Amino acid sequence: MFAAADMLEMFQRYRGNALVIPGRGSRHWNGISKIHERDIPLGDPAMGGHASFAFGLAEARPDEKVVLFDSEGDLLMNLGVLATIADLKPKNFYHFLMDNESYATTGGQPVPNATNISYSGMAREAGYPSTYFYDNLEDLAGDMEGILNEPGPVFVHMKIAPEIENLPIAMRVRWQTRTLDEVLRDVKAALG
Amino acid sequence: MKSLRRGILLDIEVGEGHTLLCYWAVVNVESTLDRNRRIPVSIERTGMTQQQAGLNPETVLKEFKDNGVTHVVWLPDSETNWLYQLMTADPELTLIPVSREGQAISTAAGLVVGGKKPVVLIQNTGMMESGDSIRGWGLSLNTPLVLMIGYRGWTRHGVNRPYDVAKFTEPFLHTLGINYYLIENDDDASRISVAFKESEENMRPVAVLVGDEFHGFIR
Repeated sequence: MFAAADMLEMFQRYRGNALVIPGRGSRHWNGISKIHERDIPLGDPAMGGHASFAFGLAEARPDEKVVLFDSEGDLLMNLGVLATIADLKPKNFYHFLMDNESYATTGGQPVPNATNISYSGMAREAGYPSTYFYDNLEDLAGDMEGILNEPGPVFVHMKIAPEIENLPIAMRVRWQTRTLDEVLRDVKAALG
Repeated sequence: MKSLRRGILLDIEVGEGHTLLCYWAVVNVESTLDRNRRIPVSIERTGMTQQQAGLNPETVLKEFKDNGVTHVVWLPDSETNWLYQLMTADPELTLIPVSREGQAISTAAGLVVGGKKPVVLIQNTGMMESGDSIRGWGLSLNTPLVLMIGYRGWTRHGVNRPYDVAKFTEPFLHTLGINYYLIENDDDASRISVAFKESEENMRPVAVLVGDEFHGFIR
């Protein structure tokens, strides 16, 4: 397993001009990203929808590279999205999965069958043309540039160290620096 | 004043929003006879009435096209399956099949942020399943979006079993504060355009309930 913050620091070097939906990595990405108007930190509008939202954006803007940092809990709530993505095969879509094997924001309870699921295997069997699995950052760092230059959709399953939160929600550090409306306004302006 | 009965050909001016349902009627008009004048009349229905035939898929597709729809995010149901062949044949429409209806809402939200104009096409059962998705990806993101909802079990507010999905459909929309329009035949189809306009003006989802289960579906 490796730290989400370290992975995102490494990814930033290869980000280019991609639209990034940072998902649960937003708390780190906000401080790492250099192009905030092309970041879409949504928080959690409704569980299970990040992958389909990012896919919809990729479909709408085939001229833009769209990179999603998904979570296994979110994906498990909406597994059927893998079939839809594999069916439409957006060439500009890069689906990174941060698998920390737990519901970290609710105290670290394990997701079902947490240590035994191959999400890259699921994506591959659903029809993604390219899938990867990494449990160490060094290998991913060596492949990142190539991954982002491949035609999508690409699925990258990463084992990430959990950052468990046990504080009541009202007492947690707020990482958002913009409201949802501002995030959407900024990205729409950036897209023209 | 003169009452007119049969024998006079009238230009009948029907008030806006009213549909001429009668095939024949006795018309009572009290007016100065003037063949060249258009006069408003009240039509007294004395004969049998018949609702016009159902909703044609071509009509709905035209509404989509007239409103600039680019994508149809959908899961087939018994009310809207008749559109499928027309939609797949249209090169200007991209169909996005989903596995569960909640996925349709978040997908549509992404399409909207990217500048496209999707319509969601699902059944009322799936609409209820996607409740939190409608709340989060539709309402909290201020997504202008028309939800075309197959109104399974629609009996025109007639008799339903206690657990029929039709009994829950409109209360569900009331709970979410989502306005909706009912369409049952071609004459109602213009409400689809109303829904699109309203969704864009208010930046929120608007539903169109399709209350025509079998008319013209089997092709």
